Amino acid sequence: MPIFIDRRLNPKDRSLANRQRFLKRAREELKQNVRDEIRNRRIDEVDAEHAVPIPKRGTGEPSFDDAKNSGRRERVLVGNKQFAEGDLIPKRGQGAFGSSTPGDTASEDDFRFVLSHEEFLDLFFEDLELPDLVKLSLKEIVAFKPHRAGFTQSGAPTNINVGRTMRNSYGRRIALKRPKREDLEALEQELALLRAEPPNQAARQRIMALSEEFERLERRRRKIAYVDPVDIRFNRFEPQPLPNASAVMFCLMDVSGSMGEREKDLAKRFFVLLHLFLQRRYKRTEIVFIRHAHEAHEVDEETFFNSTQSGGTVVSTALEEMHRVIAKRYPVSEWNIYAAQASDGDNFLTDSERCIALLDGKLMRLCQYFAYVEIIDERESEIFGTTENGTSLWQAYSTVAGRWSNFQISRIAKAADIYPVFRKLFTKQPPVGKRT
Amino acid sequence: MPASKARLLFSGSDWDFTKLSMVYDAIEEIAVEELQLDVYPVQLEIISSEQMLDAYASVGMPLMYRHWSFGKHFLYQELLYRKGGRGLAYELVINSDPCIVYLMEENTMALQALVTAHAALGHNHFFKNNHLFRQWTDAATILSYLDFAKDYIARCEERHGFAAVEEILDAAHALKGQGVFRYQRPPKLSSEQQRRELRERLEYEERSYNDLWRTLPTSRGSSEGQNQAERKKKLNLPEENLLYFLEKNSPALEPWQREIIRIVRVIAQYFYPQQQTQVMNEGCATFVHYTLMNMLFDRGRISEGAMLEMLSNHSNVVFQPGFDDPRFSGINPYALGLDMMQDIKRIATEPTEEDRDWFPDIAGGGDWRRILLDAWADHRDESFIRQYLSPALIRKWRLFLLVDSADEPHYKVASIHNERGYEKIRSALAQSYEIGANRPDIQVVDVDLLGDRHLRLQHTVKNGILLEDKSRDETLRHIRRLWGYEVSLASVDVGTGATIADRASSQLAG
Repeated sequence: MPIFIDRRLNPKDRSLANRQRFLKRAREELKQNVRDEIRNRRIDEVDAEHAVPIPKRGTGEPSFDDAKNSGRRERVLVGNKQFAEGDLIPKRGQGAFGSSTPGDTASEDDFRFVLSHEEFLDLFFEDLELPDLVKLSLKEIVAFKPHRAGFTQSGAPTNINVGRTMRNSYGRRIALKRPKREDLEALEQELALLRAEPPNQAARQRIMALSEEFERLERRRRKIAYVDPVDIRFNRFEPQPLPNASAVMFCLMDVSGSMGEREKDLAKRFFVLLHLFLQRRYKRTEIVFIRHAHEAHEVDEETFFNSTQSGGTVVSTALEEMHRVIAKRYPVSEWNIYAAQASDGDNFLTDSERCIALLDGKLMRLCQYFAYVEIIDERESEIFGTTENGTSLWQAYSTVAGRWSNFQISRIAKAADIYPVFRKLFTKQPPVGKRT
Repeated sequence: MPASKARLLFSGSDWDFTKLSMVYDAIEEIAVEELQLDVYPVQLEIISSEQMLDAYASVGMPLMYRHWSFGKHFLYQELLYRKGGRGLAYELVINSDPCIVYLMEENTMALQALVTAHAALGHNHFFKNNHLFRQWTDAATILSYLDFAKDYIARCEERHGFAAVEEILDAAHALKGQGVFRYQRPPKLSSEQQRRELRERLEYEERSYNDLWRTLPTSRGSSEGQNQAERKKKLNLPEENLLYFLEKNSPALEPWQREIIRIVRVIAQYFYPQQQTQVMNEGCATFVHYTLMNMLFDRGRISEGAMLEMLSNHSNVVFQPGFDDPRFSGINPYALGLDMMQDIKRIATEPTEEDRDWFPDIAGGGDWRRILLDAWADHRDESFIRQYLSPALIRKWRLFLLVDSADEPHYKVASIHNERGYEKIRSALAQSYEIGANRPDIQVVDVDLLGDRHLRLQHTVKNGILLEDKSRDETLRHIRRLWGYEVSLASVDVGTGATIADRASSQLAG
């Protein structure tokens, strides 16, 4: 008789720690990968499941190996059909027979594996240098609140539903004909009466019969419980996601010729971060893409990031378009409106005044939050980083920012600059449940 | 009919623990009685497919220290499995006492019976009786050693940081192939208590370290005038086990780093006999399961349906495609082992004239059980094939010998299955299972510990087979890390004695 051990219930994922070590080792390469993926993906798919090729650098396992293309080897093979001793077989390139040489593990390094949602976001956030608290709140899953949902036969004692339990017990008692207390009491009384009377044959027999009956009922009462475990019902609770309202996010971007690949890439990450935030906060999020040069259009994501428009830059057209879309499709009573605008700061000379008027007069009353980033050259960041002078748009927006606390502006030159724009958004954390 | 039905060990495809236990008992009884197998007590463990994948990733051992490379292998295996590119093994068996056999929960009852016969008896008998395993591994202590290794490395990570431990492990893993004793028997694993005492002593030495001792003047004279021969003798050079040499002599390593190298070395050594006995080990297990299942079937203990299922699995396992088949990936050790052992049985019971010529000792001897038991005990793949591969089998497999010279545009068929070729094919096939001869032969030849500490390695080049440049440089870099000083590797041709190439760590970029 051998010893049996059932290991199936042992904790799984014994290799999880090894996996983490591996990811850590390949971190830099994976980060680059994630960066590329973000460039190619739609904003609302950024945090979906994610297959990446196995990183090459730093994860090789070298050892002393024979060089395949040197020396003389002998191999014994199976299944000779036509060869005779001394035959010469021309080599057909690499691997006619050699492909199966043991130890040839080149293929092992050539595969893709899936990063989990968590792992992907970790890599993404690391690039943006998000504080841990923010990372946590972005990874947070929708909050649940237990809601009453019928009854169940098992549960914690605190959840016993007394009414339902007693109703079951009553029904069962009727069905099984459990003797009532009144019946027993009536019998007892009758017995007492009979015993008080002078004894005779008939009375004695009656007493016998009655006490037998009394005992039978008494037994029956003991057997059939007043409340049986089968009667008990518990309140059942079902976790329900908290009702979150919907949010719409407006992505505004200058697509005139001055916005190059680097600028667009930074802008995209700026949009992705805001979108991730909204996704965690709201049950439903929509994105509207508005691009502009000298005039603005609502477009799909593909066009938004990938095609350029020639012409000058008139920012106010984008704001007008946004206002038009809000009026048409997103009533403020139902939607939380967020806007993110990215630009290199160019604007038509007199247009900035108009932007101020539009924002102050209309848009800022509608928006929950408006974030503007000006993407600048890394060299310029030295000059512009601290001073208040800059492009005309920057100066105009600075005055708006002074008046509205939910209007944020920032200059960014690298990925790590993006988060500070949203800092306010992430520090103000109203409890999720309170939102309507 | 009802009587024979009652004797069936099981029916249906679902298994449970009572059935498993009954089947094991029946199989063991018949194995001991009929095949005279001698096995360790068995521990059967039921695992799920995820756990099987986990076990794959940690080289099949139930416990293993943590390292990123295992994570990488896991990802790879998982991918193959999920994509359906590769099925999982039905079982895994560990050379330990008691012998641990993992059974997959997905197996049907018939498969569990087959696997039990294969692993719990076949492999188990081989582990317990083959001389390589008896002399070179220590079945009783391996699990406690792995437990110690895992703990020790985890504690090193806590104390010295992940990066520092990883660096040592990476380097040690690169030298795994050069970290075994091929000819000299390794010392037995020390018991848990001895290891603890050793650790305590090391810790004490660390605590009581006094820098003052370093300032004592060394006595002169002893270090001077030492010639090369004496130096080599003192260090036991040349040394084939690079990890052992580095562990004992590296001037750059701290005690805990030496211990980690030792762990990698001990585990590599533990697997060395398995690499040398693949054909025999699998052949023995396959022969045992095939024979036992047929015996059980003949006695009416297994239903026809179950037997068919087993045979179907069996024939998948011993499938051997020809060299020109796209599925060909070398010689299937299960098939070769089984065929050779069945051939031995045939030679012992119904020999032909040819067999009497080739195998005068065993032909017609009749007692095939004894012959097989002796072969399982005394041989490894190389010697087994050299001794027992018969012309009949060479013809059956249509084996032929191909010579591949890198500087010629064609392969040459050197021998085929005819009178002139038998010996050559047999010898070449046996040679191809000689692990020691097929791995690059790299040895420590010289180092002047009191001088510039330049570590000189020598690669003995056989048949003009050189080392792959890129991985050689990477590995040299790892050795440089463990040694701490200059390292160089000279390639010397075994025939002419001429140095073909010389590579020093100072030549490496980066």
